[in-house]
Amino acid sequence: MAGYTDKVMEHFRNPRNMGELKEPDGVGEVGNPACGDVMSMMIKVKDGRIADIKFQTFGCAAAIATSSMITELAKGKTLEEALKLTRTDVAEQLGGLPPIKMHCSNLAADALHAAITDYLERHKR
Amino acid sequence: MERIYLDNSAASRVDAGVLEAMLPYFTAKYGNASSLHMFGAEAKDAMEAARTQAAALINAKPEEIIFTSGGTESDNLAIKGIAAAKCGKGDHIITTNIEHPAVLEPCRYLERLGYKVTYARVGSDGIVDANEVAKAITDKTILISVMHANNEIGTIQPVEEIGKIARERGITFHTDAVQTAGKIPVDVEKLGVSLLSISAHKLHGPKGAGILYVREGTPLEPLLHGGGHENGLRSGTENIPGIVGTGKACEVAKRDLVANAAHMLKLRDRLIGGLLTLDEAHLNGSRERRLPNNANIRFLGIEGEALVLLLGEKGIAASTGSACSSKKLQASHVLLALGLPEWQTHGSLRLTLSKYTTAEEIDRALAEIPPAVARLRAMSPVWKKLKAGEKIGHVKEKGHAHMG
Repeated sequence: MAGYTDKVMEHFRNPRNMGELKEPDGVGEVGNPACGDVMSMMIKVKDGRIADIKFQTFGCAAAIATSSMITELAKGKTLEEALKLTRTDVAEQLGGLPPIKMHCSNLAADALHAAITDYLERHKR
Repeated sequence: MERIYLDNSAASRVDAGVLEAMLPYFTAKYGNASSLHMFGAEAKDAMEAARTQAAALINAKPEEIIFTSGGTESDNLAIKGIAAAKCGKGDHIITTNIEHPAVLEPCRYLERLGYKVTYARVGSDGIVDANEVAKAITDKTILISVMHANNEIGTIQPVEEIGKIARERGITFHTDAVQTAGKIPVDVEKLGVSLLSISAHKLHGPKGAGILYVREGTPLEPLLHGGGHENGLRSGTENIPGIVGTGKACEVAKRDLVANAAHMLKLRDRLIGGLLTLDEAHLNGSRERRLPNNANIRFLGIEGEALVLLLGEKGIAASTGSACSSKKLQASHVLLALGLPEWQTHGSLRLTLSKYTTAEEIDRALAEIPPAVARLRAMSPVWKKLKAGEKIGHVKEKGHAHMG
């Protein structure tokens, strides 16, 4: 439906790591409610790795599926590795996104990067 | 899982009697209505019978009915046809800002050719003020086009009032009645229109067929030039099965109009009433001046495409005016015309009923929609902010920013 791959629909139906973290170490939020997409990402960091991650998303099926996918990709990775995850990685792991959704509904990598940046800024010495 | 169809303003199920009437014209009576032999004669007879049936639905004369390929062609023929016929006599057109693209785009096309178009604005109830239309009239106005009812929010426009104004001022008046034919009475005399568009597949007829009513004496240039079919206004071999189906659909619609409208209205009110009990659920468009088959609700804090897909999983077919669902990723011009803040236009759900909709189906929709809305709200940061009393509109960017 709506030109989505089975993988997108599967993540949309059963989003992984949806919700909030108590006392997150980093929080990132991107998007614009006027545009119909807002993604919020929370991370827990332990020994330089993403120990836990949760998302909340306002948006279409693609926005929800990309959020879910990036939490799976990022969990357990070092911050350095996680910062290298791109929008293209997310889209590829989902078997592709409709071209029109590549920009607006594919903000999950940005939200993750924003959360990591927030963590790094909080822990500057 | 039983499927529930609540998208009848997009397309409707072909009535069994309509299909039956059409079938012989594919394999037995397949002649060209222009041919002199008996195959041609039976096609021509069927076409003229359909013309009479279509005319009866809208209180017109059979010779005022032009068969087209559907609503879009009818709207295009009316608007561009009048502009061409009145070339040199004026260059101004008045319409509204909630018309179907089949009206808006021909108007924009004419603007590119040098015509001037006034887009009268609707109020927050989705209804245009007839006085606004009257005020826009100049001595260069050649056409007024105002839809009978809106396709997204179902609001019924003051066409009769505008018709009076147009008559007094001697201006050609067109209405797109695609959503009203078969739902509420459509009478070209009462409405005071010179041109009126109908699409067959919205009233349980076949796709690819429609009507343009053209009042006797209305100057009109064709879009399609050729063999001079349809009184020279629409050349091309007639789509006889489609025309027969259109005629039959009009006949059935006229016969059952009152009963069908009452049936749909009862179910629509049950649906709207049930959905409005949800937190932050609002009706788009006037409740009183509304088609008997349209419910359009916005659920704040969620996005409509996701809701439509979730409902699809439960077997419920609905639609949305959400930007994410559109080809251009733009919020519905109709919802924006209501003056809603842009973030609120994303969560709209359109449910449109037909004569076939049952009370059981409405009850199942009422059971399935609230959990789907709740599920999307549970994952929405916008909903969280709304419930916390925060102002929506700006996301405070954290970390490095990206505005989507």
